[in-house]
Amino acid sequence: MPQEYRLILKHADQPGYTPDLACYVRHGGYDALKKALATPGRELPDGKKQSPQEVLRDDVLKSGLRGRGGAGFSAGLKWSFVDRRGGKPIYLICNADESEPGTFKDRQILYKDPHQLIEGMVISCWANDVKLAYIYIRGEMAKGAKLLNQALAEARAKGFLGKNILGTGYDLEIHIHRGAGSYICGEETGLIESLEGKRPYPRIKPPYFPAVLGLYLAPTIVNNVETLCHVKHVVLMGGVEYAKLGTPNNTGTRIVSLSGDVQQPGYFEVEVGKVTLGEIIFDRNFGGGLRPGRSLKAVIPGGSSSKVLKAGEKFKLRRKGADGQMSAVEVDLLDLPYDFDSLQQAGTMSGSGAVIVLDDTRSMVETLDNVAEFYAHESCGQCTPCREGALWMSKALHRMTTGDGRREDAEYLRQIAQNIQGRTICAFGEAAAWPVLSFVKKFNDEFVARGAADEAARASTPATAAPVVRVAHP
Amino acid sequence: MAFSVPAKLEAELDELVTHYPQKRSASLMFLHALQEHFGHLPREAVEWTAVKLGLQPINVHELVTFYPMFRQEPLGRTQIKVCRTLSCAMAGSGELRGHFCGKLGLDPHHHGPQTTPDGKFTVEFVECLASCGTAPVVLVNDDLLEKCTVADCDRVLAQGR
Repeated sequence: MPQEYRLILKHADQPGYTPDLACYVRHGGYDALKKALATPGRELPDGKKQSPQEVLRDDVLKSGLRGRGGAGFSAGLKWSFVDRRGGKPIYLICNADESEPGTFKDRQILYKDPHQLIEGMVISCWANDVKLAYIYIRGEMAKGAKLLNQALAEARAKGFLGKNILGTGYDLEIHIHRGAGSYICGEETGLIESLEGKRPYPRIKPPYFPAVLGLYLAPTIVNNVETLCHVKHVVLMGGVEYAKLGTPNNTGTRIVSLSGDVQQPGYFEVEVGKVTLGEIIFDRNFGGGLRPGRSLKAVIPGGSSSKVLKAGEKFKLRRKGADGQMSAVEVDLLDLPYDFDSLQQAGTMSGSGAVIVLDDTRSMVETLDNVAEFYAHESCGQCTPCREGALWMSKALHRMTTGDGRREDAEYLRQIAQNIQGRTICAFGEAAAWPVLSFVKKFNDEFVARGAADEAARASTPATAAPVVRVAHP
Repeated sequence: MAFSVPAKLEAELDELVTHYPQKRSASLMFLHALQEHFGHLPREAVEWTAVKLGLQPINVHELVTFYPMFRQEPLGRTQIKVCRTLSCAMAGSGELRGHFCGKLGLDPHHHGPQTTPDGKFTVEFVECLASCGTAPVVLVNDDLLEKCTVADCDRVLAQGR
């Protein structure tokens, strides 16, 4: 039977585990930092010398750790892009602006085990010669910000942070920066603008790659909360050992946030790729299945911006056989291993690890209406296709859910979405377009039927009847 | 009433400025602190922040108008933010908001925050509060109510009277 594998959340939910430093240290806290700071330099077979910091960065690369925020990009590679020769200070920002609908994993770390994040950050900062770092936390997590400030003060008092960390001569300061309710601040360049005290309009890449032109136009690393915590475990286990967790190219563990129509919604830490989407939804160690009498209709597999998967869908996955040859294997939606690559091959993404389950009682039109309103509200307004298109789609869907649908609305929505994706500065355009494109494609009949029913209802209403007053936008 | 920032708060804000290589970065944290103190961000708070950080008032004002958490008008003492986004909506957050509006005599179809005439409550829909596993959730001031029921809503109303 598939099980959780708790690495990041090993202690967080244990009875009596508290978020203070003493408790963290009792559970082996800051041992990884001590180990990291004592890393010796080494000479490679080709005679090249590696500094201790380079050794550690190399280890993170070898661990195969991929970003847990949404894009799943290699953390080691991201670090390798940092411009270390330009002479500007290097900044590190922890992205704690958790706000992708469906996601609630970073909250568990921030509220229950803040020192694990701080330790991961201090190690990552040391490995990248960072002297000043920030934690950008959602404005709504006011209590989390207070907890983190307390934890930072404790770490400073014990010499894990601040001047001359643990007597090594290394100085690092970490500050909390609060957001103020805007989803786009989770986009890394938008986050940087927000941290500079501006509206969070994402920057265009090139040239504004954070690794080169980030915060104050200096090289900057932006990593997710969970990713930074994993760095601690890479140090403790060693990169090669860490890479044995999970599956090749999808290493380690990740926290899956499960919500929607399941009996046991919640967060589950699993080895990446060792558990299938079906197990996450149906196994009694995880979601525990749907409510009695219900059947599965659809799954949003990686936060609300990922493309929806329809129950019964089959996917062709490329798999390496025993003979080392690649071949295509047909896999049912429920048998998709929950990892970065399998979901990508299924035409969607594991994103932030947020699975939202929809059962047969759900209307896809109303579900999409809800999702589209989110993106209409959160578009920053910088790029015309997104600012106008996201709102336009939301209005069309609102019309459909309030009795004014049309048969051709599915096609209409598809056209608007296609005019957004690929035409914006940041990936929000895709985030707004993908749900719409996938919903209207995979559930086209339902959208057309809804529109047709509304048309029929209007046709049978006498033209002299008073116009129905509808609420534009509750 | 004349606008004035207490010395203690000003000292805290001066310390915040030292967290950043560039003063402008402190503006969001300034606005949070001032809103916490004054309950909202009057024009004077925006101008005061601009002077403190060496900015034009528009540089600060554009933040107040962009970020949903900042308010230019006074809000109720108890601020109720009901999560509108998918998982909470599926778990009935729309009914919870409707219940609050019904009990407080507010318009359930109004878009944006609404404050009761007695200034006791503000009710609004907000986007995902990142607690979808315990949907529906409601943020009451800074406290998150998870798996919120109609009975929980009534308790919030009773406490805020």
